[in-house]
Amino acid sequence: MGEYWLLMLKVFQKPEKWRVFFKQCAFEAQKLTLDSIPLISVISIFIGAVAVIQTVNNLDNPFIPKMYVGYMAREILVLEFCSTMVALILAGKIGSNIASEIGSMRITEQIDAMEIMGVNSANYLILPKITSSVILSPFVMLSSFAIGLLGGAAIVFATGAVTMAQYVEGLQFAFKIHYVYYSIAKMAVFTFIITSLASYFGYYAKGGSLGVGRSSTLSIVISSVLILVFDLALTKLLL
Amino acid sequence: MIRVNNLYKEFDGRDVLKNISIEYKPGECSLIIGASGSGKTVLLKSLVGLHIPEKGEIWYGDKLFTKMKDKEKKSIRKEMGMLFQGSALFDFATVEENIMFPMDFFTDWSLEQKLERANFCLKRVNLENANKKYPNELSGGMQKRVGIARAIALNPKYLFCDEPNSGLDPTTSIVIDRLIQEITQEYNITTVINTHDMNSVMEIGDKIGFIYKGSKLWEGSNKEILHSDCKELNDFVFANKMAQQLRALMNK
Ligand SMILES: Nc1ncnc2c1ncn2[C@@H]1O[C@H](COP(=O)(O)OP(=O)(O)OP(=O)(O)O)[C@@H](O)[C@H]1O
Ligand SMILES: [Mg+2]
Repeated sequence: MGEYWLLMLKVFQKPEKWRVFFKQCAFEAQKLTLDSIPLISVISIFIGAVAVIQTVNNLDNPFIPKMYVGYMAREILVLEFCSTMVALILAGKIGSNIASEIGSMRITEQIDAMEIMGVNSANYLILPKITSSVILSPFVMLSSFAIGLLGGAAIVFATGAVTMAQYVEGLQFAFKIHYVYYSIAKMAVFTFIITSLASYFGYYAKGGSLGVGRSSTLSIVISSVLILVFDLALTKLLL
Repeated sequence: MIRVNNLYKEFDGRDVLKNISIEYKPGECSLIIGASGSGKTVLLKSLVGLHIPEKGEIWYGDKLFTKMKDKEKKSIRKEMGMLFQGSALFDFATVEENIMFPMDFFTDWSLEQKLERANFCLKRVNLENANKKYPNELSGGMQKRVGIARAIALNPKYLFCDEPNSGLDPTTSIVIDRLIQEITQEYNITTVINTHDMNSVMEIGDKIGFIYKGSKLWEGSNKEILHSDCKELNDFVFANKMAQQLRALMNK
């Protein structure tokens, strides 16, 4: 725990050269966030589709208006799935990527080589990852939300369980914008947890390639658990 | 000039370095020799501050390195170059990007100036036409050369080499050794080299410190090393049959 905060202290310092920092940010944004969009899209389509199918099955009471299908699907997506579930997936993808990258730099002494030059390796390697990922996290959440709703629409279209007009009416029904803010806030916190923990486990990796594997597993497990704990805490706090 | 006074370093209660005192002068290749596991790498890493010693002092010129805060150490680090045992090249960067890496941080040079300097360093280590290659496309010997080129990129006052020729054939080893020696003399660098290679010892050992189980047992030049009366050193130097026979001949 103490070691984690000491590392964060080293990470959150003024970059030596802003030009290098922005270049790294752009590079990490591409590698960590943009490259994850296809995966997030596929998952969101399926989540949206499943959300619609399940609400259709559970709302077979004829007294409940059909448009509730759209309403329920929207609420499920925005409240839980587009942040928590997507974050759990990203904990696997981004987390293992970061932990193994930094971990292998640690065991091959590349991090030591930076330190010898007088470069703050934690700041150079980790800050751009955290910054770019957290800044882009609202974009990730919103695109997952939009794509999820499209996935729902696709199922509505394919099965005809409700009409498209009813689905769209449901999507607009009793829309609370602050749920979206809540979800964006959760996503930002989760992204910070994923990127900073993975960096931490990678940075202190030891014991050869086995150690790198161990730190990437640990980073996935611990950030997943923390995501669920913070999901609970933030829900209590913000809703 | 680097001065080490009574250095102690332990890991988990086990002494790895015991009471090491030694001095390193500019323009000289100083060697740290000793068997595998004797503590050479730990000593070198303590010198550059990658390990924090429990006791003792390390002076760079008139500055007490061991008492400095991280921020202050940085000013000395900018004057250091280090070649790691496994080269430690950045595998996300090409050869020339590796060499330009420290320049990106500590100079305001334009890209042309950086490239010019990088090419100069590469030429200095006799490695041309490899600028755009990535480290995993290079042989071990080429990686060492890039490592040296990167270490001298910003004209260091201090150069540290951890086993610069481990894993290289004898001819390439000597080429690398001579290269380090030339650079040391040409730019008046204080160079400290770890090795267990007797060829390097005889070739470039201006000054040699022999480490045995974490203690410095002997110190001298390559002219003196064959005539010491330190038993552990003789066991180390005359380890193989050929050397033992040579010694018998010498004694006659
Ligand atoms: N980070 C560490 N944690 C614990 N023990 C260590 C650590 N680094 C080195 N040691 C121990 O210190 C001793 C000296 O190791 P060192 O790496 O300095 O040997 P060496 O002389 O460089 O050997 P070689 O020639 O094989 O490179 C060894 O017994 C090693 O187990
Ligand atoms: Mg060693």
